[in-house]
Amino acid sequence: MRRILSMLLENEPGALSRVVGLFSQRGYNIETLNVAATDDPTLSRLTLTTKGDDLHIEQVTKQLNKLVDVVKVVDLTEGAHVERDLMLIKVRATGAARDEIKRTTDIFRGQIVDVGPNVFTIQLVGTSDKLDAFVAAMVDVDILEVVRSGVAGISRGEKVLSL
Amino acid sequence: MELLSGGEMIARALEDEGVEYVFGYPGGAVLHIYDALFKDCKVPHILVRHEQAATHAADAYARATGKPGVVLVTSGPGATNAITGIATAYMDSIPMVVLSGQVQSHLIGEDAFQETDMVGISRPIVKHSFMVKRAEDIPGIIKKAFHIAATGRPGPVVIDIPKDVTRPDEKFEYSYPESVKLRSYSPAQRGHNGQIKKATRMLLGAKRPVIYSGGGVILGEASDLLTRLAHELNYPVTNTLMGLGAFPGSDRQFLGMLGMHGFYEANMAMHHADVILAVGARFDDRVTNTVSKFCPSAKIIHIDIDPTSISKTVQADIPIVGPVHSVLTEMLAQIGQMRAKDADLPDTAALERWWQQIDEWRAAHGLFTGRRYRESEQIMPQQVIESLYRATNGNAYVTSDVGQHQMFAAQYYRFDKPRRWINSGGLGTMGFGLPAAIGVKLAFPDADVACVTGEGSIQMNIQELSTATHYKTPVKIINLRNNYLGMVKQWQDMQYEGRYSEVTYADSLPDFVKLMEAYGHVGIQVTRLEDLDAAMEETFALKDRTVFLDVLIDNMEHVYPMHIAPNGSMKDMWLSKNERT
Repeated sequence: MRRILSMLLENEPGALSRVVGLFSQRGYNIETLNVAATDDPTLSRLTLTTKGDDLHIEQVTKQLNKLVDVVKVVDLTEGAHVERDLMLIKVRATGAARDEIKRTTDIFRGQIVDVGPNVFTIQLVGTSDKLDAFVAAMVDVDILEVVRSGVAGISRGEKVLSL
Repeated sequence: MELLSGGEMIARALEDEGVEYVFGYPGGAVLHIYDALFKDCKVPHILVRHEQAATHAADAYARATGKPGVVLVTSGPGATNAITGIATAYMDSIPMVVLSGQVQSHLIGEDAFQETDMVGISRPIVKHSFMVKRAEDIPGIIKKAFHIAATGRPGPVVIDIPKDVTRPDEKFEYSYPESVKLRSYSPAQRGHNGQIKKATRMLLGAKRPVIYSGGGVILGEASDLLTRLAHELNYPVTNTLMGLGAFPGSDRQFLGMLGMHGFYEANMAMHHADVILAVGARFDDRVTNTVSKFCPSAKIIHIDIDPTSISKTVQADIPIVGPVHSVLTEMLAQIGQMRAKDADLPDTAALERWWQQIDEWRAAHGLFTGRRYRESEQIMPQQVIESLYRATNGNAYVTSDVGQHQMFAAQYYRFDKPRRWINSGGLGTMGFGLPAAIGVKLAFPDADVACVTGEGSIQMNIQELSTATHYKTPVKIINLRNNYLGMVKQWQDMQYEGRYSEVTYADSLPDFVKLMEAYGHVGIQVTRLEDLDAAMEETFALKDRTVFLDVLIDNMEHVYPMHIAPNGSMKDMWLSKNERT
């Protein structure tokens, strides 16, 4: 089962490599990874998606908690949450295809953020499924480049991940 | 406030931390630190002959004393040579602080001379690591390093120190912090009360209980409590390889070690148990045999300070995260209360039947209820350990290397006290024994320290004979010499139809007696059983000499019992070459 683990990390050099190293060292897999600073300059927020049954995720979570640089870990998939993945996708857009691509982008509530004589760059934000669906909808379109941020997530309601 | 350079701060912080010895080897990146040690430092430095030995000596010092071992090495090869020893300490949860030199800050990343990414290389085998960026941070980082190394589940901590941070011409205010605050590190201080109550009830309701205790009981200083608990309930106890000595080896309730080369009665009792109290143990693959067949009728109570050890391989029915000392204290109190209310706990009739069964197993195949090894014209390895046990009255600190000799020592030397059995259990590091013995001898100069080894392992750190000369650490090296890498040969016998691939160098062994003499030590060779005890006595009678007792032993012996794998359970064992359960 797919899980979203989100954690607060000490904003120290090497902290990220400890997390990523743990996954490779113990044979866990990372499907997506997103990390950036927070409003607190001493903390980074790292969100990753991985797969596994309850026992496996329990062990992964415990191992993460054991890292001295990991301040807090939460499994967002345990409760209601909002998750977003951002995709920038560059496609060949010429002739009649330009309209068709624009229409599909609108349907997915994406934006064309860069336009060239022969290419569009489209920005799309949503769940990973939605992004996958958009890529799948780009049939007969020449996809030149895809870049995704990886999942970032947050719990719904009052629940917060903080110190 | 006093002004000190970075190098001086390191020397001073080690003093302030109460460090007894630093084990190390100098080099370019740590010259400022060595200069500070030379000028003004009360902590003696032990100069080894190879950095790996520094880590093993520091590690063994920690195992014997309970205090963190301290290592100082230079950058590059100094740091990488320390890696095997750091991994050894990590696998066995030994508190250690390793200070490694690093090239100057501005050179980092430029492939400078003797540069290596020590924090990166050591990352998977440390509890934590630090890279010092500013000299002002040194006292705080050293304080944190010792705190992290020694608390919770202990482990090695690396501090990587660029050379410029230690330069003598820049001085800073120095004060050593009294306490540490780390928001993301807070090991459990006590177990969950409700869980302990539940566990105690289950334990008292057991009809076929076994207490399975590991290295955590020794690390957590809970041997007395464990022994009290076992005695109070008259429950049988088995120890892991790392846990030997946590419960007295000569006690009637002791079943011996369990696992791959565990005692028959220990493995049988585990397999048939209805309740297993696992304390500071981690259900290692060398214990469980096939996990899916592990102890089919047992409910498992698992006490450990490290939550990741619980339900990692074997699911615990009642997990308790906490320091074994406080959990066992609470458990003993609970036992008292529950028994006060119900004097029939535990079920003594069931327990009596259980002991009868165990005694039958013991009588049938126990290592001390009859001779369990082959007749031979040569000395048998087991006889050497028995002789060592007699000569030292079971009171020695015994370090070991890795292989058959290690298992024979674990089986036949009955450790009555914790911290006496010093071996690389998790990583299985050949070359551990001799530097470890030196580390222990420095900690306890008046104690008998024996290194049980083989001619394979001893050669992996034999250069430390020179360190033993240098610091006059009269350790006793008991070499079980069968002219083979015995454990490898055993597996080749059992699984590769005796194809002895690269497993002997009998023709090119040094004359160990002469070699000892060259180092200024004593070498004694024994070939006949009738000379063994006298030679062993003599070895220990030479109080102030390092002695190498080279015992030529039978070269066909295997270590038994031995779990049958793959797909075997705890009760599936070879008992000899042609006898199995």
